[in-house]
Amino acid sequence: MTSFVIPLGEVGATAQTATGITAYAWLLVALPLFGAAVLLLGGRRTNSWGPLFATVMSWSAFLVGFGILINLLGYAGEERSRSLHLFSWIPAGQFQVDAGMLLDPLSVSFVLLVTFVGSLIHVYSLGYMAHDPDKRRFFAYLNLFVAAMLLLVTANSYLLVYVGWEGVGLASYLLIGFWNWNPPYASAANKAFVANRVGDLGMSIAIMVMFWQFGKTDFASVNAAVGGANQGALTAIGLFLLLAACGKSAQFPLQSWLGDAMAGPTPVSALIHAATMVTAGVYLVVRSHAIFDAAPTAQLAVVIVGAITLLFGAIVGCAKDDIKKALAASTMSQIGYMMLAAGLGPVGYVFAIFHLLTHGFFKAGMFLGAGSVMHGMNDKVDMRGFGNLSGAMKITWATFGLGWLAILGVPPFSGFWSKDKIIEAAFIGEGWRPWVFGLVTMLGAAITAFYMSRLFFMTFHGEKRWPKDAHPHESPSVMTVPMVILAFGSAFLGLFLALGDRFATWLEPVVGGGHGAEHHPVLPIPVITWGTLALVILGAGVAWLRYWRDQVPKTAPAGSLLTRAARQDLYQDQVNEGLLMRPGLHLTRSLVFADQKGIDGAVGGLAALIGGTSARVRKIQNGLARSYALTMLLGVVVILGAVWVMQ
Amino acid sequence: MTALLTAPAAFTTATIDYVALLPLFVVFGGALLGVLVEAFVPRSSRFQAQVALTVVVLVAALVAVAVGAVNHRGVTAGTAGADGILRGAVVIDGPSLFIQSIILVFALLAVFTYAERLGGVGSDTFTPMGAAVPGSAGEAEALRAGAMTAEVFPLLLFSVAGMMLFPSAGDLLTMFVALEVLSLPLYIMCGLSRRRRLLSQEASLKYFLLGAFSSAFFLFGAALLYGYAGSVYLPAIAAAIASPVSGLGGLLVPGILLIAVGLLFKVGAVPFHMWTPDVYQGAPTPVTGFMAAGTKAAAFGAILRFFYVGVDQAVWDWRPVLMVVAALTMVVGAVLSVTQTDMKRLLAYSSIAHAGFVLLGVTAVSREGVSGTLFYVLAYGLTSLAAFGIIALVRENGSEATHLSQWAGLGKRHPWTAGVYAFLLLAFAGIPLTSGFTAKFAVFAPMLALHTAGSTALVVLALLCSAITVFVYARIIVLMYFTEPTHDDVAVVDASGGTIATIAVGSVLTLVLGVAPAFVLNLAAQASQFVR
Repeated sequence: MTSFVIPLGEVGATAQTATGITAYAWLLVALPLFGAAVLLLGGRRTNSWGPLFATVMSWSAFLVGFGILINLLGYAGEERSRSLHLFSWIPAGQFQVDAGMLLDPLSVSFVLLVTFVGSLIHVYSLGYMAHDPDKRRFFAYLNLFVAAMLLLVTANSYLLVYVGWEGVGLASYLLIGFWNWNPPYASAANKAFVANRVGDLGMSIAIMVMFWQFGKTDFASVNAAVGGANQGALTAIGLFLLLAACGKSAQFPLQSWLGDAMAGPTPVSALIHAATMVTAGVYLVVRSHAIFDAAPTAQLAVVIVGAITLLFGAIVGCAKDDIKKALAASTMSQIGYMMLAAGLGPVGYVFAIFHLLTHGFFKAGMFLGAGSVMHGMNDKVDMRGFGNLSGAMKITWATFGLGWLAILGVPPFSGFWSKDKIIEAAFIGEGWRPWVFGLVTMLGAAITAFYMSRLFFMTFHGEKRWPKDAHPHESPSVMTVPMVILAFGSAFLGLFLALGDRFATWLEPVVGGGHGAEHHPVLPIPVITWGTLALVILGAGVAWLRYWRDQVPKTAPAGSLLTRAARQDLYQDQVNEGLLMRPGLHLTRSLVFADQKGIDGAVGGLAALIGGTSARVRKIQNGLARSYALTMLLGVVVILGAVWVMQ
Repeated sequence: MTALLTAPAAFTTATIDYVALLPLFVVFGGALLGVLVEAFVPRSSRFQAQVALTVVVLVAALVAVAVGAVNHRGVTAGTAGADGILRGAVVIDGPSLFIQSIILVFALLAVFTYAERLGGVGSDTFTPMGAAVPGSAGEAEALRAGAMTAEVFPLLLFSVAGMMLFPSAGDLLTMFVALEVLSLPLYIMCGLSRRRRLLSQEASLKYFLLGAFSSAFFLFGAALLYGYAGSVYLPAIAAAIASPVSGLGGLLVPGILLIAVGLLFKVGAVPFHMWTPDVYQGAPTPVTGFMAAGTKAAAFGAILRFFYVGVDQAVWDWRPVLMVVAALTMVVGAVLSVTQTDMKRLLAYSSIAHAGFVLLGVTAVSREGVSGTLFYVLAYGLTSLAAFGIIALVRENGSEATHLSQWAGLGKRHPWTAGVYAFLLLAFAGIPLTSGFTAKFAVFAPMLALHTAGSTALVVLALLCSAITVFVYARIIVLMYFTEPTHDDVAVVDASGGTIATIAVGSVLTLVLGVAPAFVLNLAAQASQFVR
């Protein structure tokens, strides 16, 4: 029924039928989904063993993913794309949609990141959420998230990606609002929901245009059809996919929800809003590389969005005193790097994903560190109330420190290998672009060094500014062990994957080559590397002067105009309100007005009826039926009149 | 005129395939039996007898449809003329059978919600005495005496019979008769609510008046088409359009459009939708659920038959009008649902928006369009029945809590009910893995296949409208889960197994049609061929 040998675009690799353990890839989604179902349907009976069960399910998914990796490594590079046909999903006439999975180096990289980091965070949550009365529900949502995320990255068609896309959105929504007894938290969940809906609308329109143009949405057919498609449609698809990516990955102009999403429990911030879900946009762009390569305008838009967001996030990060919000701004900025790299085309795809992986480790590690700090400081998040915690929380300090070195891009830690390559790639090209984008990435690196050092010094060094009732203590080992493992990744994953271009070779069959030799940056590579390092040291040095050596005031000073703007997320909410909310409100209000006068007068009438003033009611009632009939008549006259005029 | 002038040929007996018509006979017969039961069975056992009779009749009709579907298809109760044009009053073909069977399923599910007694003598939602003046001594006396309106069950069966005939009608007169047969019992049932009776009666009267008004349009249109084609049989009208008689051309388009008005009124398309919110709100909730599911399915079946069999040659005349109506319907339904504060009213506007989505499938004018439409009405009906089933159970001091504020915090106290309702709302919104997503896909895809600017723009508009409705439904989910309860007396009443079964079947099928819809989609695709 289905042809299993599908050409995979111009790259030349073909997806073959999955064999061995890869044929059981559906377990990746099924296991955590089963966990979520058991916990949600099992009710209170599962309270005692539920969280542990969810953790086991997550680790099992990791084992399956690892098995698939071993299986794929057994083949030559070009044969590492495996397809798995699940069932015929929506057979609607000439539009046949099959549910299937695509296991190739790109999706397997994501599978391993999601399951490994996800499972560690499950373990960490066992400790972090130990005293929460509703932790069963929390673990159910976590499992649900893992299942949806795995579906997103292993789906073989855009339509099925969309299913996972909505799924992770739902899980994220549930988890941000998990502590929903707190109204601001619930409203944060709503904000995330709204921003994501805008993105999802972009996704659905992109899929629709694909149907319209190609009649298919599976990656193989779409990639194959790109060659003969018209430029306008490709650009439209590219831009709408970008809109979708912006919503999910908190990129400009849909970035405002990420900071508020920090209202959720910290493990959620680590898993969903740092390591995995927010990188789905980058995955989408890289997965759609055939489309973006053929639509230069859309590709340029990706780079510009990435560049704006990376500076935007970095500037906002400099002003935040809330440790989680500062980390969120940093996440936004780092995803900006990935997005920029993904928009650079074949020279950047590998490094976008590479940075995504290393970032997944060091950022998740730092979030867990932040959670550990909060755990020891009575859930306080204001860094102006921290300081010199390095003595009280040695493990947290050390693991956080490794993450800090990694994000700064200090060799030989992970971030250096990935971020430095992105900066190099940004300098490749002709005309104004390499200069603008290259310098933006370098500037971003300097600001990153400043705000991350600020965060690190304000929290762990300088003088104690603790509140009186604070007794900071190290967290239990169920929390520190995952942090140590992630710190290990922050330190060495980059080196391991960069040695001998291991990762680039692994990913090459999917996204094509193009990295390295044949392209030359407009500046010599040593100049870029050393220049970036110098800027990083400069940024960190300024932070040292201001936040370690000097006293940090306990309450935030008024600050300059830029600082105040940055504290307000550069007025993003106000802009959104002015541009989107107000016109929307006016539109609804005018419709409501019409509704009250024309249609919904009935509600008033009906309410009066219940009140029992029958005389008046009879009058309204008669009037209404008449006006209804009049509207119908008017409709008929207009339709007939219009047709008459047209003919 | 032409028909009268042709010399009367040899008398041909009408061919009637009784097996194919059996489901209709069963339901009509059952309804008549129900009237007798109402008259002769003592009050003590009348309710049980009516429920049992109705269930048996519906199941028997379903079996009859299944038997007939195997090899009794085609034009029945009619004759094949000498000119090769089939003149049949009733046409049993794929779309008829599909819609007849889903209407029977809807009715079967609805019966259980009708029969919810909550420990009382008769149905809990229906007034003990429809004729008594609300709040009068007569009403109180009827209540004391243990009166009940068990006649809703035969009324339901009459309505079901009309709904089954409506999409199977082969000529405009049969279609009109079916329209009235399905509508009249609905008008009565709408006015029989036990609580808020004035509201209910107002709804009933409005529905009746406006329904009569729209029927007049339908009749007028039928008269014009008869003038044009010299026949009321749909295939004959199609033949007349294919070889037009000069001088009569001016009758065609107004005729088509006026009939369209009558049909679009039934599905609640804009600008013929005004009755929907009032009637949905005022009618007893089980009736609303049945109406939302059944009337839509029947009316869309009739719309498909009229436009695809009767006037498909004139597609360029009516398609632009339907497209504009579809666009208006989606926009008005979606936007106005945003500001609603009453749950039933909100679902009424939602049903208007859904009617707009289904119209996309109709305007595609292709077999995929037919199967998409069939699938959509099935999916929407099942979800609606379950949703209204739940609404009927959420009560404050015994009466239904339909104001949105009364639903605040429901998720905390009744996590299961709220969870299922949230799932159904997601299905209305068209989130993947629910039937709503598959259904939307099934009607958007054939529209996209037209590859015209207008059709694509309409699909984009539909996506935008779906996005708007998502906010509406999400707001309710937020209300149920993330808002502190304000009405402490609101609770989900303990329902009988029947109501729970209806809600469960509706919800499970909503999930199944989202995850593994292939079987039903294939069935709809096989059933998408009209017989002419």
